[in-house]
Amino acid sequence: MDARTRWGRFLRSEAASGLILISPTALYALLMLAVPLAAILAYSFLTDGYLEIIWTPTLANYAEAWGDPLYRLVMFRSLFVSATVTLATVLLAFPVAYYVSFYVAPQRKSLWLFLITIPFWTSYLIRVFLWKVILGYNGVVNSSLLTLGIIDEPLTFILYNVNAVVITLAHAYAPFAILPIFVALEKIDRTLLEASQDLGESKLLSFWRVTLPLSVPGVVAAVLIVFIPTIGDYVTPQLVGGPEGRMIANVIQLQYLRLDNYPLGSALAASAMLIVTAVSLVFLFLNRRFLRVRQ
Amino acid sequence: MKPIIELRDVEKYYGDFQALSGITADIGEGEFFSLLGPSGCGKTTLLRCIAGFEDVSGGSVRIDGKDMEGVPANKRPTNMVFQSYAIFPHLTVAENVGFGLRRDSRPKPEKAAAVAEALAMVGLTGFGERAAHALSGGQRQRVALARALILKPRVLLLDEPLSALDKKLREQMQGELRRLQRQVGITFILVTHDQEEALIMSDRIAVMFDGEISQLATPQQLYRRPVSRQVADFIGVMNFLPAAVSAVNGGMVACEVAGLGRVEIDAEQCPAGAKAGEGSVGFRPETLTMLYEGETAGEGGRGRVAEGTVAEVNYFGDMTYYDVRLDGIEQPLTISMRNVVGRKVFEHGERAQVAWDPGALVLFC
Amino acid sequence: MRGGTGFRVYAIVYLVFLYAPIFLLPLFAFNDSTIIAFPLSGFTTNWFKELATIPALHGAVQTSLIIAVTTSILATCLGTFAARAATRYDFPGKGPVMGFIMLPLVLPEIIVAVSLLVVLLGIGIQLSAWTVILGHVLICTPFAIAILNSAFQSLDKSLEEAAYDLGETRWSTFWLVTFPLIMPGIISSLLISFTISLDEFIIAFFLTGTEPTLPVYIWSQLRFPTKLPSIMALGTILVALSITLLMIAEYFRRKGIRKTGGKDTGGFL
Repeated sequence: MDARTRWGRFLRSEAASGLILISPTALYALLMLAVPLAAILAYSFLTDGYLEIIWTPTLANYAEAWGDPLYRLVMFRSLFVSATVTLATVLLAFPVAYYVSFYVAPQRKSLWLFLITIPFWTSYLIRVFLWKVILGYNGVVNSSLLTLGIIDEPLTFILYNVNAVVITLAHAYAPFAILPIFVALEKIDRTLLEASQDLGESKLLSFWRVTLPLSVPGVVAAVLIVFIPTIGDYVTPQLVGGPEGRMIANVIQLQYLRLDNYPLGSALAASAMLIVTAVSLVFLFLNRRFLRVRQ
Repeated sequence: MKPIIELRDVEKYYGDFQALSGITADIGEGEFFSLLGPSGCGKTTLLRCIAGFEDVSGGSVRIDGKDMEGVPANKRPTNMVFQSYAIFPHLTVAENVGFGLRRDSRPKPEKAAAVAEALAMVGLTGFGERAAHALSGGQRQRVALARALILKPRVLLLDEPLSALDKKLREQMQGELRRLQRQVGITFILVTHDQEEALIMSDRIAVMFDGEISQLATPQQLYRRPVSRQVADFIGVMNFLPAAVSAVNGGMVACEVAGLGRVEIDAEQCPAGAKAGEGSVGFRPETLTMLYEGETAGEGGRGRVAEGTVAEVNYFGDMTYYDVRLDGIEQPLTISMRNVVGRKVFEHGERAQVAWDPGALVLFC
Repeated sequence: MRGGTGFRVYAIVYLVFLYAPIFLLPLFAFNDSTIIAFPLSGFTTNWFKELATIPALHGAVQTSLIIAVTTSILATCLGTFAARAATRYDFPGKGPVMGFIMLPLVLPEIIVAVSLLVVLLGIGIQLSAWTVILGHVLICTPFAIAILNSAFQSLDKSLEEAAYDLGETRWSTFWLVTFPLIMPGIISSLLISFTISLDEFIIAFFLTGTEPTLPVYIWSQLRFPTKLPSIMALGTILVALSITLLMIAEYFRRKGIRKTGGKDTGGFL
């Protein structure tokens, strides 16, 4: 085969076609995601001058990000909030996903999924704002409880603190958790459960020994899908968190848009990403036995 | 028979895996040709190489004398019926069948007439306006046939067209495909893993294993004179017994068959050539006969008789298959007998005499 | 499976809690009071009327619409290319490349926002509607890919080969066979990208120029207590719009399945 035929073959080959097709999107991701992320990383090693950036690499930003007790506190708080939200969301979501997968007639399933995901598609900003309205001093909860005579004075512990942030985030991310678990449950071969019961296990034990382990990939996905974005959430802590409820995203925003300290902001952002990635990898590692199962 | 497709040393690699090696064959014009073999033997790959969906890694494919190197599938004089039929679900039956005529410059009424004719040929007259996704499996297959044939290709390629149909429909379609091919007169190349299907429909069959053609012959030749144990075992049922070849003299071969004694057979009964040493012989089930009271072994004096016990009886209505353990032979031989009115069916455990003809053996060295 | 009443009750209660805040929107949008609290005062449409009089709001709506439409078209195009590459072809580096393209799905949006800000300002590009579009396309494309992946996967590969075999070119095969059959996926992708872009706040917040998007505008109004009821009215309209768009998307999804005789596996993703 001469060179021309080989080239012609390659152009028509699967690999070439695939590469050509993926190139616009890949290029876009490269320019809009890879380069900017690299830029942040670069910035995190530079220093903030008065009017411009000083171009000598330094670890001072990281020293400040990790050393300053305020930032450490905010980071821990973010981790705590995310973990709590994730736990609550996933635990509450599992029975719903289980119900729709195992108890709803097939023709109705898409209706249920549709109903569950609608809130997800409405404005996040509006939903957070609604919680502020609900939990406020003069808000819905307080005014109803007062009118009903259950309390004498409005509750103050439900807004402008960590509690409010957790409640709001758990509500907002609920649909995120249901879908991956549902998908995993749907993939479980129903005859496996029948076989288990045929071999003498009760329904509860069949669930524990068959369904639950097989659903783990979905649960893991749900955990990651809730944990990672919530830790970097800006709107909720800003609106309902108050000074006690600030999370890492608020601090980062401060550095960028108010204090104009890009290097410190970048160091904080990079550190946060590092921590989140580390936690996620540890979580994945702990569950590896269940994730290796292929059906 | 003038060859319409010439394959010379065709090779196909997927990375390091060799899917086809040394494929050389001529397929004649107007022939019903089958590629037969188990899953993974490369038959579909070869079909796709002829169609142009895959490029060959080595060797050449010539259609009508022209080398097909560099010619893409949409420019080749072939059309394909896919295993899944690939009926366009968003079009009607008529739109499906007339799909290939889109680039044709003929006026609309002519095209519509061609579509109607194609539908009539496959027995789907009046189905034109049906939505394609509402058809049954058998109907889809006919639409796929009509759609391919309307373009009057030189060769029609069929990729396991009957595997998705149930048994009765499959048998019906086998006859219809044969009839259609004779009516249209073009070359059909069929890929199948069902040896019965290939035997029924084909003029010639290429039996493939592991990317190579093991034997290319007519159904009769394949059945009666398979060139290897692998081919023999794949086509129909065959009983195998170990045998030792002692001498090869001119046209006769002397060998010792385990449990049956010394036999002299014709050299023609060794399709792959005879040589001294260890080998095996094969008998088709219908070449062994259960003898009833008073019957003697075959005419012409060549028949021999052995005694044994019936180990298993499988009654099929028109035939009965017996597994008989002959004295001195450990593994039972399968014997098929037509059920004739008045003749009894042997029972499990009964002693029986079995007649066999040395002229029906095939020797594998 | 039999039984499951306990589950059913739980699921319904869950749904009620999920929707409860959203139901407050129309409740207080029509409430004749500037304070969002119980008990309810009378009925009024004043807040809605007030919305019609604010030019800044109208500007923000226009900006948001332009951005959303552009984003959905671009994201769907990029998503179509990528989904087809992912489902039909094997090429070197496929795993990592696809993983990277889908990364925005799991990245906190603030990271995406600040990183784009840094680069754009560094190059010297002025912030405007286009910079917002750049950011939105980045986060919408993974959704488009997810939707179109399943559209391509349910498309029998032989259909395109059959069209090709019957004499069509690769381009005409795409328009005659592939495109009509993935149309439901394309519509879903357009609608969902549009909705995401319309509602998106944080990236717009960082990357918007002098003309804010609707969420950014809403944000700026949240600190004024007197504006709250009209925000409720606005929210009601937005939620109603989102739900309508989604119902349209769902309708087309089901229609597409009916038309090609496929199976309903439930939901977009």
